[in-house]
Amino acid sequence: LASESLIPWRIYPGTLISTRNSTMGILPDTLDRSSESYSRNSKVMDELVSQLHSHIVKVMEGGGSEAVKRHRSRNKLLPRERIDRLIDPGSSFLELCQLAGHELYQETLPSGGIVIGIGTIHKRLCMLVANDPTVKGGSYFPITVKKHLRAQEIAAQCKLPCIYLVDSGGAFLPKQAEVFPDKENFGRIFYNQAVMSSEGIPQIALVLGSCTAGGAYIPAMADESVMVEGNGTIFLAGPPLVKAATGEEVSAEDLGGATVHCKTSGVSDYFAHDELHALAIGRNIVKNLHMAGGPELSGQTRADYKEPLYDVKELRTIAPTDLKQPFDVRSIIARIVDGSEFDEFKKLYGTTLVTGFGRICGQPVGILGNNGILFMESAQKGAHFIELCTQRNIPLIFLQNITGFMVGSKSEASGIAKAGAKMVMAVSCAKVPKITVVIGGSFGAGNYAMCGRAYSPNFMFFWPNARISVMGGPQAAGVLAQVERATKKKRGIQWTKEEEEKFKAEVVEAYDKEGSPYYATSRLWDDGIIDPADTRKILSLCISASLNRGPEATKYGVFRM
Amino acid sequence: QQKSLYSTNNQRIEKILIANRGEIACRIIKTVKRLGIRTVAVYSDADRDSLHVKYADEAFRIGPAPARLSYLNSSAIIEAANKSGSQAIHPGYGFLSESADFAQLCEDESLLFIGPPASAIRDMGDKSASKRIMGAAGVPLVPGYHGDEQDIDFMKLEADKIGYPILIKPTHGGGGKGMRIVQSPNEFADSFLGAQREAAASFGISTILLEKYITKPRHIEVQIFGDKQGNIIHLYERDCSVQRRHQKIIEEAPAPNVSSDFRSHLGQAAVSAAKAVNYHSAGTVEFIVDTLSGQFYFMEMNTRLQVEHPVTEMIVGQDLVEWQIRVANGEPLPLTQSEVPFSGHAFEARIYAENVPKGFLPATGVLHRYCPVTVTSAVRVETGVEEGDTVSMHYDPMIAKLVVWGQDRLSALIKMKDCLSKFQVAGLPTNIDFLFKLASHRAFQNGEVETHFIERYKDDLFIDGANSISAQEADSAAKHAASIVAACICQKELATLKDKAPGGLHLWYDNPPFRVHHSAKRTVALEWEKQYSNSGSNLLTVSITYLPDGKYLVETGESNSPGLEIQVTQLSNNDYRVEVDGLSLNVCLAAYSKDQIEHIHIWHGDYQHHFKQRMGLEIFDDDETIDKPARVATSYPSGTVIAPMAGLVVKVLMKDGEKVQEGQPVLVLEAMKMEHVVKAPANGYVRGLEVKVGQSVQDGIKLFSLKD
Repeated sequence: LASESLIPWRIYPGTLISTRNSTMGILPDTLDRSSESYSRNSKVMDELVSQLHSHIVKVMEGGGSEAVKRHRSRNKLLPRERIDRLIDPGSSFLELCQLAGHELYQETLPSGGIVIGIGTIHKRLCMLVANDPTVKGGSYFPITVKKHLRAQEIAAQCKLPCIYLVDSGGAFLPKQAEVFPDKENFGRIFYNQAVMSSEGIPQIALVLGSCTAGGAYIPAMADESVMVEGNGTIFLAGPPLVKAATGEEVSAEDLGGATVHCKTSGVSDYFAHDELHALAIGRNIVKNLHMAGGPELSGQTRADYKEPLYDVKELRTIAPTDLKQPFDVRSIIARIVDGSEFDEFKKLYGTTLVTGFGRICGQPVGILGNNGILFMESAQKGAHFIELCTQRNIPLIFLQNITGFMVGSKSEASGIAKAGAKMVMAVSCAKVPKITVVIGGSFGAGNYAMCGRAYSPNFMFFWPNARISVMGGPQAAGVLAQVERATKKKRGIQWTKEEEEKFKAEVVEAYDKEGSPYYATSRLWDDGIIDPADTRKILSLCISASLNRGPEATKYGVFRM
Repeated sequence: QQKSLYSTNNQRIEKILIANRGEIACRIIKTVKRLGIRTVAVYSDADRDSLHVKYADEAFRIGPAPARLSYLNSSAIIEAANKSGSQAIHPGYGFLSESADFAQLCEDESLLFIGPPASAIRDMGDKSASKRIMGAAGVPLVPGYHGDEQDIDFMKLEADKIGYPILIKPTHGGGGKGMRIVQSPNEFADSFLGAQREAAASFGISTILLEKYITKPRHIEVQIFGDKQGNIIHLYERDCSVQRRHQKIIEEAPAPNVSSDFRSHLGQAAVSAAKAVNYHSAGTVEFIVDTLSGQFYFMEMNTRLQVEHPVTEMIVGQDLVEWQIRVANGEPLPLTQSEVPFSGHAFEARIYAENVPKGFLPATGVLHRYCPVTVTSAVRVETGVEEGDTVSMHYDPMIAKLVVWGQDRLSALIKMKDCLSKFQVAGLPTNIDFLFKLASHRAFQNGEVETHFIERYKDDLFIDGANSISAQEADSAAKHAASIVAACICQKELATLKDKAPGGLHLWYDNPPFRVHHSAKRTVALEWEKQYSNSGSNLLTVSITYLPDGKYLVETGESNSPGLEIQVTQLSNNDYRVEVDGLSLNVCLAAYSKDQIEHIHIWHGDYQHHFKQRMGLEIFDDDETIDKPARVATSYPSGTVIAPMAGLVVKVLMKDGEKVQEGQPVLVLEAMKMEHVVKAPANGYVRGLEVKVGQSVQDGIKLFSLKD
């Protein structure tokens, strides 16, 4: 009887247990809204976000009003309009890599000339890949190829059926050397189609415009393809080339129109009277996929989740715009997870890495967030936590803000390289969905341990304030200046203070430029720059897409003990 | 044996067969059931699943769909009554209700006919005879000629005596058939002969009567009731002036703008009329009132329960069907004349399946949506149909009667307008909107009713395409409605998708739909049928932007309208609360598809609109590619038609040398148990057609060629 009274929740189980549960994991609101850094951060971030939006507005316009007008006059829709009519009406669409090709070439190439993203068709998640023929006729620049391949990579990783909305003139010939021959070039698109098809990932092509030369293989390699009468053409060589080669004079429609390919050649399977009809047929094809299985981890997903207790818009003000200023990553986690509930793992050990469990829109996740430099303990804790999540099939979220691993004799002696290697091993081999968001700096080996691009996270995003490089600009300038000075000294050349400063400034400037998230996203080092306020929403959609693939067993390599 | 146990005086009805269908059958069954009397319905094949069949304790099939083979088939009905052991037959209105022969047949078969004696039906059925009797009884008659002499010259003289305008009317029948108005003597001959022909065709009897035509008449009728003891009272009058195609659509009791003196004179005249034919049970004496002189004249007596009897019931607080049964049982009337209550005002609006802009032509179709207003002590809905039922061409296209009661005429009218705006019928055209307009008209509100009301105010009641102001108003109301419909569609679609989304996929169906760094947009194209013109439908394309707070910004593409911010809350499957520009209102949407077209109806405030949407998006219409004319081989001279497949020639439809049109079938091949029609790929003459039926052809061989 005495012991009973010591366990009060036995008497009032409901009330007490719920109090315990609800208070235990809830992250407190630690934001000091009256501080100077708060107002400074929000001002800087507002500028960064509006700058981002102005870049987006530009790419949304496609190839410009003239090209759009010409396009529309052919009864064609713009790529994003095509996607809107293909996905379930009024449903969400997660567009990826919007700023690919941003200031990359002399030519402006909005969105890299191709729109990719994930949406639902008849309640089935699909990867949509749409050429933008208003941008250089939809031709493939090197970055276009890279973006197309990235879409296929995500599709393969998440087992998403691929819908190609083809309307392209094929490879951009002046840059053929960067487009055609290499492994990760144009040919890889068809290789991927073949391999995905063999893995049971449907490949569907809607031919809404021209599909010339290499491009002809996109519908030809597809499991099923649709062609629009009048607008869609498929041929290995167009009428001019045919005339040059054989002297035959033939119109584009007779050479490779929908009638020829649906009735005679069998290159295409469905005949569409117009574009809307083609999109409707495309929806029907997905409706009839009847693939077995579905979201495998959905059993763990709750539909009745809570929103975070704190305003997600405040993520804009928490984001560190001055990377030297420390801040608690928990204030970000508090605005990402359901009900701001986060159950921390090993809270008192290796405190520069925050690890713990929460849910994002009902979906369980394990979160790793940097709270400073990685020490031996934090790296080991990270590896431990990743093992936990892989054991339990819990997707991993990396909130990356890392200047690197601790350096110095004490740190080396503690075996930091060994500990870091453990974490890198764990990250590399983890077969659960991994999503990385760079919320601040991404420098050095910290990028590796926190699941940088090389570690194939399912998705990776930058905040507009993020920076990425092997090390910080000033540090690099210091190291390079030392080397340069030593070289000069060997040759007996005098190096004035001014010259050294100029040298350093150049290095810093180059690092600054190359460390910008725009430089990164333009080259597809990520899947897009996102508004911090959208982080929760985007993460939830990415997890949902990642869970489209069933769980897989993780097998690690040799951990150095 | 049984009969000897009880005296015939004490014998009461225990089971009634209702020889009718639709709303009146249902209405009668309701009262009969309340009295604890068993009910027997009869039905034709078309009504097998009708409401009146379901309501009744028992139901008998009496024949195929056409009324003359079922509801007018007296012997089948009598047989059903005998088989079911009914003691009485209630005929309702229409069909056999005013057939003296049928009443007589019931009497012969010892079945109680719930209605007047056969003799009274016979007397009143012949219009000329009834006028003679009424004249003798001192009931005022419209000046006219009701004699047997039908010679055209004689009739013309009679007409001249009465004075023009003159009304020419067949003595038998009703419903306005064969009626002619003659404005001047030189039109008389043509009209007279026409009326004779039409009467002969419709009723088999071509006797014609002449009457003075009253230019601004009102139709006022008096409900009378008599028992078998010889008591006859009246239950006040009804005004049924507002008519279209000579049929009533709005009735009310009491008649507006009449004095109590007039009312009692009218009542007394009606009672005298009934007494002249030894009437019992329910009856109606119709008068025509000359609004210019204030004089009333006897028109005819309807020897049955009328369609519009509920308005009388509402103001006197009595159940006339119950009275009919009590009288049939031999009981005296429950009230004396002075005891009849008189309270408030009642309206009845008849809701028809009809095409108002096309001259009120009866319509047929399926009631894809049927949601009448809620019934209260002051609101009655008399109906014989439910959602999903078909209004067929076999019977009257009336869907329901809406009956409302109020303390006074205006409060009753307000209630009726409210009910009409909420009475939801979709799937076929109805007159609801028209009734609402009628009830809202100021002249109607003032009680300035007369039989030419609709014709007189047609400019107000019908939107005229030529009237740019009313057309513009209708257009902008339609655009407003389209905006609301579009927003509701977006809301509903998303909710449906989210609801049924498997696993974690519901995340993809949040409102607003997520877009990276921009807002999702959408266009909805709705076709609106302009009711007021024949220019057909009008495509309204609205563009919707999903706003961050879950509202919709709806733009109709008009440069002068800034777009509407609409917030939608779905209350139930069809009901929504919509907030537009600070105005929050209930909206109801009903959708059904017919012939690959999605029909969407919206009820909002005083308005209702009907839109159509092409369902093309989910439909494969590839047939065209399969059914295209046979291909013309390129390796043959142009115009050569080759066999599209190897097969057997099963039909040759053309002769060599015959002229054909493009797409015209020339011959039929069969292979793999499938027939394939070879069609002419162009216009021209068939040449070289040598294949014969039974012959096998190889794939790609020449079948024939076409020459100009």
